[in-house]
Amino acid sequence: MKYIDEYRDERIARALIGEISRRVTRPWVLMEICGGQTHTLMRYGIDEMLPAKIELVHGPGCPVCVTPLESIDKALQIASRPEVIFASYGDMLRVPGSHTDLLHVKAMGADVRVVYSPLEALKIARAHPERRVVFFGIGFETTAPANAMAVWQAKQEGLENFSMLVSLVLVPPAIRLLLSSVGNRVQGFIAPGHVCTVMGYWQYEALSREFRVPMVVGGFEPIDLLEAISMLISQLESGRAEVENQYARSVSREGNRPAQQMMERVFEVCDRKWRGIGPVAQSGLRLRPEFAAYDAERVFEVTEAGAAEPNECLSAQVLLGVKKPTDCPAFGHGCTPESPLGAPMVSSEGACAAYYRYRRQAVGTCEVPR
Amino acid sequence: MSDEPKTPGSPSCPTPLPAKDRVLLGHGSGGRLSAELIREVFLPAFQNPALARLDDQAVVAVNGMRLAFTTDSFVVKPLFFPGGDIGSLAVHGTVNDLAMGGAQPLFLSVAFILEEGLPIETLQRVVASLHRAASQCGVEIVTGDTKVVERGSGDELFINTSGVGVVPEGLCLSADQARPGDRVLLSGSIGEHGIAVMAQREGLEFESAVESDSAPLHTLVAAMLEVDRERRPIHCLRDPTRGGLSSALNEIAAQSRVGITIEERAVPVREEVKGACELLGLDPLYVANEGKLVAFVEPDAAEPVLAAMRAHPLGRRAQIIGTVTQSNPATVSMRTALGTTRIVDMLSGDQLPRIC
Repeated sequence: MKYIDEYRDERIARALIGEISRRVTRPWVLMEICGGQTHTLMRYGIDEMLPAKIELVHGPGCPVCVTPLESIDKALQIASRPEVIFASYGDMLRVPGSHTDLLHVKAMGADVRVVYSPLEALKIARAHPERRVVFFGIGFETTAPANAMAVWQAKQEGLENFSMLVSLVLVPPAIRLLLSSVGNRVQGFIAPGHVCTVMGYWQYEALSREFRVPMVVGGFEPIDLLEAISMLISQLESGRAEVENQYARSVSREGNRPAQQMMERVFEVCDRKWRGIGPVAQSGLRLRPEFAAYDAERVFEVTEAGAAEPNECLSAQVLLGVKKPTDCPAFGHGCTPESPLGAPMVSSEGACAAYYRYRRQAVGTCEVPR
Repeated sequence: MSDEPKTPGSPSCPTPLPAKDRVLLGHGSGGRLSAELIREVFLPAFQNPALARLDDQAVVAVNGMRLAFTTDSFVVKPLFFPGGDIGSLAVHGTVNDLAMGGAQPLFLSVAFILEEGLPIETLQRVVASLHRAASQCGVEIVTGDTKVVERGSGDELFINTSGVGVVPEGLCLSADQARPGDRVLLSGSIGEHGIAVMAQREGLEFESAVESDSAPLHTLVAAMLEVDRERRPIHCLRDPTRGGLSSALNEIAAQSRVGITIEERAVPVREEVKGACELLGLDPLYVANEGKLVAFVEPDAAEPVLAAMRAHPLGRRAQIIGTVTQSNPATVSMRTALGTTRIVDMLSGDQLPRIC
């Protein structure tokens, strides 16, 4: 298949590995930000192909994983109301809140529906004027424009039975937090290709300069990631710290302006808590006051439960790239995708879930032949 | 989970376990949750040797004759989809469950659960399709039942079919019979049924619509069993329906206590299915099939069995996709397109779409 097969080619991959091996002289720690990239690295065993000097740690870019417990508890409260049709991306259904998850609430009779886009939730709202349709607007800058468009359209149409529970997060503030944190080991970043398709990569230039850290915008196929790693190693070995773009077939420096304008029109930046990490300043988006009528938190007056997340959980260290999923004693035993204990195990994009699914040596029941 | 570590100092993570006191949709997905339900609820209640084999059909001896007996319920939505409908599917599904035991399918029962308000014309279309499919398979529908539930208590129409067939003397195909060295043969490209149904359900449109592969496999199986008849080199057959190829292989690896290694590049997937999977964030290995089978065959008979499959219209794209190993019991691994190796896990819950 075009744009897929050529990016999964064993010959090209081997050539890139050769190039990286020739270049690397010292140990380096690299982080891919996005969960989709983590998934590809694990699915294709790319970390195993790389020279031992290169260590990959996995970033916080799984939107489902970092959605705070409070938001999920609010979603559960709203979804349980008899007049509500609660529409969500499928991945969010399995994520546990303080006591239960959307799948269980659905099993108890709540009308919870999986949609692929917030615009589908709008369609449901038009078709069911007697019900109140709520979309769970989670994600990074990637899903934000479509969420903004749904709210914008609802307002244009005067669709009064539609609202959105917004829990959107932004990548650059999380990278800043990571780079400022004590014990940060990350020396180079693969920046998230889909986020940069929307936002461009100009925002990352200041971060790269300030922290003197190289960043390469990377795609999601194996060859994309190997190219991005190769570009990072060249920068590190030659002492450069710049933003480069490997994913040029999708990403430009300025990004998708109309999408950004739609986001700016509907959302404003706010502080937000990240599951497993805690509050991150200026790292979220919320609806602007003129769209308050579409804010599900106001419409349903959901209570702030203030769900506490214990500090001792390893998932924060996994999300910040300090620990590997297999460093956790519960990995694969007490904590599995069926019964996730921590945020990175709940979504298929989470680092722990990717390790569990494709690599399970740490469990001891099986070994991957090399 | 019962094996949760109780040692002090084990991490207390932010999310408690949700109670498992309700049936979830994932319990019907053919993956890990379904297996859990069978192990924890059904098996303890109905202990017997025929059931304990956990095959798609039970094989029981009656007056010296070996009968294969199976049952399956059909709740597909929408009722009509490209390449088939709930009627043809209800025949093919049960015929295939019998065929995987090497049985010649003979008789079916059909039971309908109808929702109040269902147009009779819809029912007639489904019944005509059932009749057509049964005639094509050479099986007779000899008994049946009808129940009607109140509007809202069903979803238009559910069907249950049961079937009986006869297994030739001396033939024993079972999920616990795969042996190290066996080759794994797949009869054609995967994922078509699941994508065809999902595309209808999600209102997605593809450039060329994917059709369900729903088809009866008993004549393909009969042709395969003709190869080297005296020696019986085929050890196990499975049709990878719900849960897809990965779940079928994982079940066999677990029950036969062997490892299975497959080659990613050898598994045929049609371009349209690949495209739909990329778009929806699905892995074709987990998407349902209704007209494909995997066979575990002794190594020296693999090529002749493959040739027999390719000579049959339903096996034209058959491939040898892997090998059974002694190492890594109960594990399925795959050599990826990049030459690395990874685990192919059983489906956990429903395969939900990813969002980015």
